Amino acid sequence: MDSRDWIREGLRAAVSGATAVPLAVLNIPLFVLFVVSLVLTPVLGLGLVLLPLVTKLIRTRANLARRLAARWGRPIDRPYLPRPQRAPLGGLRHYRWIMRDPATWRDLAWLLPGAVLGPVLGLLAIVLPVYGVEGILLIPLLISLGTDYGYGVIWPISTLADGFLSLPQGVVILAIGVAAAPYPRRADAWITRLFLAPTRAAELRLRVSQLTTTRADTVDAQAAELRRIERDLHDGAQARLVSLGMTIGLAEELVGADPATARKLLAEARETSSAALVELRQLVRGIHPPVLAERGLEGAVRALAMALPIPVTVTAALPGRLDTPVESAAYFVIAEALANATRHSGAGAVSVDLRHTGDMLLAGVTDDGRGGADPAGGTGLRGIERRLAAFDGTMSVSSPPGGPTVVTVELPCALSSPRTSPSFETG
Amino acid sequence: MRVVIAEDLALLRDGLIRILEAYDCEVVAAVDNGPSLLPALVEHRPDVAVVDVRLPPTFTDEGLQGAISARRAIPGMPVLVLSQHVEPLYARELLTDRAGGVGYLLKDRVANVAQFIDAVRRVAGGGTIMDPEVVTQLLARNVPPLAALTVREREVLGLMAEGRSNGAIATKLYIGEKAVSKHISSIFTKLALPPSDDDHRRVLAVLAYLDV
Repeated sequence: MDSRDWIREGLRAAVSGATAVPLAVLNIPLFVLFVVSLVLTPVLGLGLVLLPLVTKLIRTRANLARRLAARWGRPIDRPYLPRPQRAPLGGLRHYRWIMRDPATWRDLAWLLPGAVLGPVLGLLAIVLPVYGVEGILLIPLLISLGTDYGYGVIWPISTLADGFLSLPQGVVILAIGVAAAPYPRRADAWITRLFLAPTRAAELRLRVSQLTTTRADTVDAQAAELRRIERDLHDGAQARLVSLGMTIGLAEELVGADPATARKLLAEARETSSAALVELRQLVRGIHPPVLAERGLEGAVRALAMALPIPVTVTAALPGRLDTPVESAAYFVIAEALANATRHSGAGAVSVDLRHTGDMLLAGVTDDGRGGADPAGGTGLRGIERRLAAFDGTMSVSSPPGGPTVVTVELPCALSSPRTSPSFETG
Repeated sequence: MRVVIAEDLALLRDGLIRILEAYDCEVVAAVDNGPSLLPALVEHRPDVAVVDVRLPPTFTDEGLQGAISARRAIPGMPVLVLSQHVEPLYARELLTDRAGGVGYLLKDRVANVAQFIDAVRRVAGGGTIMDPEVVTQLLARNVPPLAALTVREREVLGLMAEGRSNGAIATKLYIGEKAVSKHISSIFTKLALPPSDDDHRRVLAVLAYLDV
């Protein structure tokens, strides 16, 4: 770490410590409120309304603590059960949902220890820096002469020279304080995690509910896709083949009596067949592009790049083929990102980078366009996210006004086989 | 004309044989997989090979790889590659040896028998023929050095890539043959192609199209 990072980190720790103190003190009224609402539950059912409201506050506070802990290297997931459907506030169902969630009680168990440890660790981070600043500003000099006040190793300050000595001492103390400040913050994050991280069971529960959602999405998307393919085939290629059969049948009838018309019909039939082929080709491209099957992700992206109206550079380091479903998802995601880049960004050049590290496929699409892309808008991006979610993949978009826009995709996957040349390279 | 065919679907293989033989071509060998293509070509030394891109055993691009290695083993071996889909990427790979005698067409084009046979003959004679679909995909690009071409010149270059003669280009664009030659020499100049025989420059012009 270079010294600027080190100073920035220390100052951040000091500020974080200073804010932690009042925040932690908030825990106490929250705890009291919870106990009161719990006690009031039998009284006119007041707790039915109060307890959920207080819980909401506690969860907000706990989530803030989780977010702050993440800044000190301890990311903490939210452990809460998803809210059931048709559970309005004030209803028994809502109440039960809160009371049965172990995370509610774990939050509660954290409130008081957090209220004590939070300020202690917060103060530890700021005491030395503040003391150092005091010395540097020569405050001891101002208030000490004539009293028994001192600074650092000099107690009391009795001469002007003693007073000025607080300056170098302050510098040293500030430096030590800034250097040490991150440690109590990390300890705080560690303790917070101990209390507020989901238990193994809660983690599994969260995972199950997430998998249920993504599975339902995947199944829906798949069904919709099949319906679309069915409709395209039915109205397109299938209808054309029917018409083809009729035209050829008619030509067959006429071939003896009116060869000229029969010949015209046959030419028509040929045209119908090529129109059917064009439709089928487009359909196949949308399902699974043939070049993807033949060349894998890298080749397919290169082929895609060649067909775009602006120059696209592709760099790839994929030592093997990916599993077919992942490959296909990655391809369509990249295709969508490239389409957006060429269509909306006004970019003059785009680059695609494909890498595989650990068990993760990383794909980046960067354009030099005007930026300002909003990932929240646009159904294309939502489709991408759904496609990725089925594989626990994620996408992030960075697009400051003025560009560049960078779309980053992460897809967990293994490489299935080392790349082999699919033929006889004898020449 | 002696032809070797590589096509795995019996229906299409028989269709191709029937069409070629109807036009006085002799099909000396018809293989149905990638690995037997090269030995067949080495053994028979045909005037032209008609090859499907996707062949067993891997059903990826065996045929394309086979065609490329055949041209490495027998330089200038004329190859007409057929596929259900065309990719400019594959076209570029086929053309990198810059030797001519290469065709790359959608299988759909076989339905227009007369044109298909013409394509087979021209590839056998050392011509370069790209599917209009490849050309359309590339026409959409607007990158140097192609950006320097006028709209008309692009049209002419596209038709050259499809393997059409000056006369055919003139008819298609409703202009005189002289005008076509003028456009073509302007294209050669703008793409900075060195002077050489006309056929070879045509290949290079197509490559310039694909190299960008």
